[in-house]
Formats: sequence, structure tokens, C-alpha cells
Amino acid sequence: MDKPFTNKAWLLVLPVFLLVAFNAIVPLMTVVNYSVQDTFGNNQFFWNGIGWFQELLDPKSQLGERFFDALWRNALFSAIILAIEVPLGIAVALAMPKKGWGVAPTLVILALPLLVPWNVVGTTWQVFARSDIGLLGAALNGLGIPYNYTNDVISAWATIIIMDVWHWTSLVALLCYAGVQSIPDAFYQAARIDGASRWAMFSHIELPKMRRVLLIAVLLRFMDSFMIYTEPFVVTGGGPGNATTMLSIDLVKIALGQFDLGKAAAMSIVYNLIILAVCWVFYTVMVQADGRAERERAT
Amino acid sequence: MSLVLEHVTRKVGPLVSIDDISLDLARGTLNVLLGTTLSGKTSLMRLMAGLDQPTAGRVIFNGVDVTRAPVRGRSVAMVYQQFINYPGLSVYENIASPLRVAKLDKAEIDRRVKEAAELLRLGGMLGRLPQELSGGQQQRTAIARALVKRADCVLMDEPLANLDYKLREELREELPRIFAKSGAVFVYATTEPSEALLLGGNTAVLKEGRLVQFGPTAEVYRRPSHIAAADVFSDPPMNHIRAEKSGGMMHFMGQVLSADGVFSRLSDGAFTLAFRAHHLGFAKTSASAIALSGTVAVCEITGSESFVHIEAAPHRFIALARGVRHDAPGARVDAWIDPDDLYAFDAAGRLALAPQHGKG
Amino acid sequence: MARITLSALAHAYRPNPSAPADYAVREATHVWENGGAYALLGPSGCGKTSLLNIISGLVTPTRGRVLFDDQDVTQLPTERRNIAQVFQFPVIYDTMSVRENLAFPLINRGLRGAAVQARVEEIARLLDLSRDLDRKARGLSADSKQKISLGRGLVRPDVAAILFDEPLTVIDPHLKWELRSKLKEIHKTFDTTMIYVTHDQTEALTFADQVVVMLEGEVVQVGTPQALFEAPDHTFVGYFIGSPGMNILPARIENGHAEIGKARLALGRDPVLPPHAKIEIGIRPEFMRPAAPGEAGLEVSCQRVEDIGRHRILRGVCDGQKLAAILPEGAAMPPEVLRMSADAAHIHVYADSRRVR
Repeated sequence: MDKPFTNKAWLLVLPVFLLVAFNAIVPLMTVVNYSVQDTFGNNQFFWNGIGWFQELLDPKSQLGERFFDALWRNALFSAIILAIEVPLGIAVALAMPKKGWGVAPTLVILALPLLVPWNVVGTTWQVFARSDIGLLGAALNGLGIPYNYTNDVISAWATIIIMDVWHWTSLVALLCYAGVQSIPDAFYQAARIDGASRWAMFSHIELPKMRRVLLIAVLLRFMDSFMIYTEPFVVTGGGPGNATTMLSIDLVKIALGQFDLGKAAAMSIVYNLIILAVCWVFYTVMVQADGRAERERAT
Repeated sequence: MSLVLEHVTRKVGPLVSIDDISLDLARGTLNVLLGTTLSGKTSLMRLMAGLDQPTAGRVIFNGVDVTRAPVRGRSVAMVYQQFINYPGLSVYENIASPLRVAKLDKAEIDRRVKEAAELLRLGGMLGRLPQELSGGQQQRTAIARALVKRADCVLMDEPLANLDYKLREELREELPRIFAKSGAVFVYATTEPSEALLLGGNTAVLKEGRLVQFGPTAEVYRRPSHIAAADVFSDPPMNHIRAEKSGGMMHFMGQVLSADGVFSRLSDGAFTLAFRAHHLGFAKTSASAIALSGTVAVCEITGSESFVHIEAAPHRFIALARGVRHDAPGARVDAWIDPDDLYAFDAAGRLALAPQHGKG
Repeated sequence: MARITLSALAHAYRPNPSAPADYAVREATHVWENGGAYALLGPSGCGKTSLLNIISGLVTPTRGRVLFDDQDVTQLPTERRNIAQVFQFPVIYDTMSVRENLAFPLINRGLRGAAVQARVEEIARLLDLSRDLDRKARGLSADSKQKISLGRGLVRPDVAAILFDEPLTVIDPHLKWELRSKLKEIHKTFDTTMIYVTHDQTEALTFADQVVVMLEGEVVQVGTPQALFEAPDHTFVGYFIGSPGMNILPARIENGHAEIGKARLALGRDPVLPPHAKIEIGIRPEFMRPAAPGEAGLEVSCQRVEDIGRHRILRGVCDGQKLAAILPEGAAMPPEVLRMSADAAHIHVYADSRRVR
């Protein structure tokens, strides 16, 4: 439905537009500026051209090695949590009640983790998982499992992964639930009459209807997990050593720790471009899938 | 008040949903938009209402160009296929809602609501909520709400499609009475030819976004200007026979007949002969009747009549016979068609011959 | 193929039904013969879909039993009853091609290979889907999708019954013709028990050998389309079947005549009437004709004539009651007041809405 064209809309948008310009575009331009300079933020700028970018993308240089290490950690983290959260979210969505008195309480319980501020999540898990006084940490050690996220790499990774799963699986579950809700009962009845197994029902009825929603869920989770900062920083601080130093954490160390703004600016631009590229791929796949479906219907 | 569409076209991306339609609808008339699903009926109504803008062309209400005016600026009321009522308001409040928006005074609102309720036989239900009503009652509430506005143009998009067969019949009987009293321009969209015939008025036949024919309903039925109009306006579907006239002879279905009588009015060339199911008979009633023989595919009994599906390769005919027939599938059957009952459409689909006897 | 028996079956959706009105399906005992084509016909809310769901196993009845060929299936779930069901809207597996859709029930039952393909191709040919076998099912039109839904039921060689729940709801009118006659042909070819639920009398009468008319949960009459048309046992059947429905007029019966207001119609018989009953006569519009000169008849003031192409409908009023009559195509406009009558054989007498023989 297209509405008649009026100019009123532009006037309403103008204040927001100015605000966004001030808060986002201007700082972005500053970062771009810094990325081609060598500066320590004290108003002294030395032109560096694409120097930082060259160093960054050269795995043999010190900066490059650091960058690629952090990038690799991010990729691994995102891959692991997607591999856990997506199937788990789907399973939870399928298990949730679709009607009756159980719907409301289930939805509320699932929404709770999403409502907690991110650094509170981090702090909660930091205490919860402590090997001396944390409920989880102490229990695990009491059972004989050696667990200490401050000095054991595996423990640290396990902690941040489980924390993220706890925090964000609900999002995937709620999105998939919405997708599955729209399936009329008759489809399940017809599948039962056809003698389909539970797995067949899932792959032929539920999964296709969830596909669009799943793509969005995966896109959102990938973006958020690739950019992750608060939660792991609060729990492990990037440690032990730099075992859980994600790109964002590293960036902050360089920018705010060492005030090496030029390098940091260059890193953040490359980081941003990587995320944009992956999102663009997702989007193209989604649009193409829709277009193919439209063409099939028309023929 | 009149509604005029001038060369209205609407494109959505590469898809042309309405293709160059011009219509002139006079006040106090009932106009039926007849076509299959996706033929453009709903799109056309949305253009009339102002919910969508045409890509080209103009919409003129009473001489005023309203093409760019939004729906709120036009005097339009609309009834949909799904019974749409405000679920939280009583029937009385539902019907009164457009009047409250127009800020009429209480006495006037009361008078008009009672009048509309009376017309649609909702008198005893004014206090109930829509979910307590049956489907037919809910739709009547929606119609009352549309009428009470006294809009210049009332659009109804297949309003009876979601109702029971019998309820549809009842409401269909009442609608012409309601229309007659109102004096607005009524536009009624439907896929069923029998509804168009029962409602009367004028009919516009739509196919794939184009206007095939517009005129008084009986005339469009009796003299379809194009084979597309004939096909859309037939229930059961029209029977077709490919034929050719050359050298004073008619050739079809392996028969060669002398082209006299009605055929003499045709020029040479390829034609599609068409006739309606109830004109295909099982007895030779006139000397010039043409024999079409075949085998029975299936017999459908509707109580007092039977539909006999006849295979006469390469054609398949449907005949409507009086009385109950129990022909077995595969049985040979002889059927006859009187040439006076034939339509002929030329190679381009235009009407070349129509029955003259005043029957359809 | 199976003979389906309903034994003292009743169903209520509420937990503690007491009055008859609480029941969605009132107590019914009925046998659906093996290989028959049946229609469940009635207005919305009459219980026909509930009855169908009880037969298919989607609903377990409050009372009574369902038997397939003497086997009690009342407690068996749908998938164990070996039935097929076609719903109001097409149910197809989006990700599969037409061929895979049709093969699905067979593959789930463990069949493979050439046997499956042969059966799929046979059914596709029967349903005119052969051209589209390798296309993705989701790209097809609504009627083709319904055919696929139907095909999945037909493809199983041992299916006990096929149940249809208003299957032509989303189909365009001109395609309904093809699909309806196709269903009839399939029934003749396969001889499977088929039960078809609808509120559309044309669909019911054209499809079924026996029509079960329901009203408010109760089975009102079971009979062939011809019987229901010519001798409806209940005024509701007379009203619901036929377009327009039967003319029902209050009357007094005396001396072999029916007296409606000041008019008299010859009945040719003297039926025995229950005392204190509401007496009415019913005459179908198809059997109303102008009275012969000298014949007694009803004075009908004609209000309008509707032209529906193949015939005309005269609508009028007699003695304050609405009346309809069918006039042939092209008939002349009747005068303002017309005297009409009907043959005695077509005049039925009803006491408290039930036919008196």
C-alpha cells in the first residue's frame, strides 16, 4: 500500500537525522581520518596513508599477527556459539507450548535472560563461575573437575560460551517459535496421516516455514557475537593471557590502553568492513531465496 | 454522483495489475465486477477507494479529479470478504462508528443506526458483540456500517464469499432492495456468474487486469463481445468447438455441413463455436439440430437436473439435462445442439454470431 | 476399503453435557457402506466437521464407538486408522517436488523403487498432474495443490476411506467443475469409501450416492440426491436443498384438499395428522406452474422476476407468505397476480416440520 507523497515526513525526521549525524557520522569520519594518520590523540598528526592497513593485513608483522589472532578467536567463538544456539533454540521453540495456560509463563521465562543488562550478565557469571566462592565453579571443582577460568584456557572459553548460550538462546527460540506458530494444525494432521516420522515432520513442515526466521536469527547472532565485548571482558578480562581477547577487547586495549589511535582506528575500520561483508552475503542469500520462490509461483 | 475511471493503469514493479481501464459508473447504479481471482477486481476497487494510487490515468468523483486524494478525502465505504467489525464494540457502536467520527449529533446518529439496522434485519441484536453473532449477522453489521455513512460510493469485495451457500442466497436476495434505497454508486466484486445475474445492474468483466466488456448484465450475458467474456460469465463453463467455414461449408468435429441458416452470416475463416450447457439436449428438437455424439464420462445429479459430461474427442462437453439421468460411464450418448443457440467467436476472439431469440 | 459403522455415537466439546443443545453431534447410529460416496451436508455449526473428525480420529467421541469393518477403532489415533484426509486448503510439502509429495506416504510405509514410481505415475495420470511431476509443488496453483493433497491419499493402495473437509473452498468457480467431476470419476475408478463434508448443496448432490443432511448436530435425513429433492422428510431439508429452496406454507388439511388462506389445492389423499401439530405444505419452485383454467390455485402477487440465464425465478407473495417459482428461459413477464398450482404428487404435508406420508 503506498501512501500519497507529502513533505511533512521530512520535517518530522529532520531532528533525528541531525542527532544521528552528530552522534554517528561525524565520529565515523573522525575514525576514518585517524586511520590514515599516526597519532596519540594529542593533536599531533603524522600522515601515514595506508600504512596501518598494510601492516594490519600482513600476518608477519607484529600488528598483523595480533590482528589475525584476535580475528581467528572471534571466528571460532561465533562458529561455536552458532553451532550450539541454533539447534538448541529450534529445539526449545518446538518444545514450547503453542496454546493454553503455559504459553505466557514460558514466554516470560524465556525473555528474562534477554532483559538483563550485558555487564550485569558478565558480572553475574563472573561470580557464579568462580572456582572458590562461585556456585557453579565450586560445585564443579567439588565434583573433581578441574575448573578455573582465570588460569585455564579451556575453562575460560567454556565459561564465555556457556554464558553466551544462556544469554542469547532465548532470542533464537523466540524467533523460531514465532515462525512455527503460523503453521496450521492441518499440516501436522496431514503429515500424521501420511505416516511421517517426527523427524520428517520437522524437516518437511517446520523447518521450511522457519527458514526465513532462522536466517534472521543467525544473522543477528553472528553480528552480535562477532562484535562481542562486555560479557567476556567482565568475566575474563581477555585472559588468561590473551586466550579470550576478542577483537573488540584488543581494540580497546590499543586505543584506550596505549592511546595508539591510528592503529586502533584502522583496525576498527577493517573489523567493521568484515562484519558488513558477511551481513551483505546473508542478505543477498535471503533475497535470492525469496526471488526464487516468487518466480516459481509465477510460472 | 458519478464515478469515472479514465485510462487507469497500475503497475507494481514489473507486474501490471490493472491495464488501461476506463469506466463510467452513474449514481444509483449497481455495478458488478466479475472475474476470476487475480483478475484485478480487488486492485481496481482499491484504486476507486483511494487506498492505492494509479500509475497512470485519473479517478474522477462527480467531476472532481481525486486521483491524488487519499481515501479519507473521498466519500467511500468498503465491505470486505472477511467480516471486519470492531471486536470490542457492540453492533450499535460498530454501525455508529463512522458517524461518531463525522461528529454528528446523538439524535441523528441514533436515527441512522436504527434505520440501517432495520434495513439489514439486525434490530434485535444491537447490544451484542460481533463474536456473539453468526457469520451472516457479522457481515450484515459490516454492510450496515458501510451504508450508514451515506457515502457516494460503496465498494463490496466478494462480501458473501465466506458465508454458507444458503445464507449467501438469502443475503443476495436482500441486497438489491438495499441498493435501490441508497442512491449511491455500488460496486460489487464477485467470481460467480450467477451472483452477477441475480444482482442485475451493470457488469464489468475483468480478465488479467483488463476490462473485457462493460454493460447491462443481461446484455453482457447474452451478447459477450469477446470469448473471454463468454467464458468468465458461464457457470457451468461454456462448451467450445473449433470450426472452420470455407467454400460455403462448415467443418467441425469431422462433420461437414452446408453453411446455411445462421452460418450464412459468418464470413470464411476459423471460428470457435460456443454454446451453453443447458442448450445441449438429448432429443432432436428441430430439423436443423446438429448431432454431437460421444461417450459419457460422468453424470452428476443435482436433484432435479443432471450434468452429463460427454467425451467427444477432442472436445469435452457438459450438458445440463432436466430430470435425473443415470448414464453409466462409457455409455454412448447422442446429443443435439440447435444452431440457433450457437455463439461464434472469430480467430481473434471477437463475437461473430450470437443467438437471436432473446435467450442466452 | 472399509465399511464404517457409527454406533450410538455422540460428542460434546464441553466437559459435562446435559441438554441436547450441549452436544455438537447428537446420538447417531449409521453405517457407511464399503465403496460408497457420501456427503455430509449442512449449514455452519451443524456438526458435520465434528463428525468427520471423529471418523478420521482427530477427535475422540464422548460416547459411542466407531468401527472399521467390525474392528473398534474408537481409541486408535489417526495414523493407525489407514484413512486419507483432504482439508479445506491444500496441504503440500513445500520443499518437495510433486513426484516426491505423491511418493511420501508410500516411502513412509517402507516401499521403494519401481513400485513407488509406477504408482505415483498412475495417480498423476489420473489427476492430470503428469506434466508437473518434477516441478516444485509450491509453485503450482491452488487447484493443482489440492489435487496433490488428494493424490497423496489415493496413492496408498489399501486406504480404508478418503475424507474430504470442504476441499473446494479455495478453488475458483470454473475450476470447481473440473475438480468435482474428477472426484466423481475417481470414485468410479477406485471404488473407495469417500465421505465429503460441505455446506454447498451442488457439491453434495453431484458427488454423493447418499447425502446425510445435518442440522444442529442431528442427522435429519439420509437419502439419494433424487429422494432428498423429491421427498424431503423435514422442512429443513426442503429448504436447504434446491435453489431456491422449497416453498413452505402454513395450511389446513380438509377433505383431500390443502387450504391456504382462501385458496385450495387438491391433494388427492387424506393424510392422518397428529393432533395439535403445526401443519404446513411444501412445494418446490420447480413444480409450481400456472393453474389451468378452472383449476383451483394460489393467488400469487408477483413482485419480481430474476433472470439467471438457464431459467427465471418468479418471486411473489401469497397470503402473506413468500413464494418462488421457476419459469423457463425466456418466459414472458407474468401478470401482477397469477394463479398458480402444482400436481398433487409434488405437494408434501408436514406436521411439526416432519413429513406425513
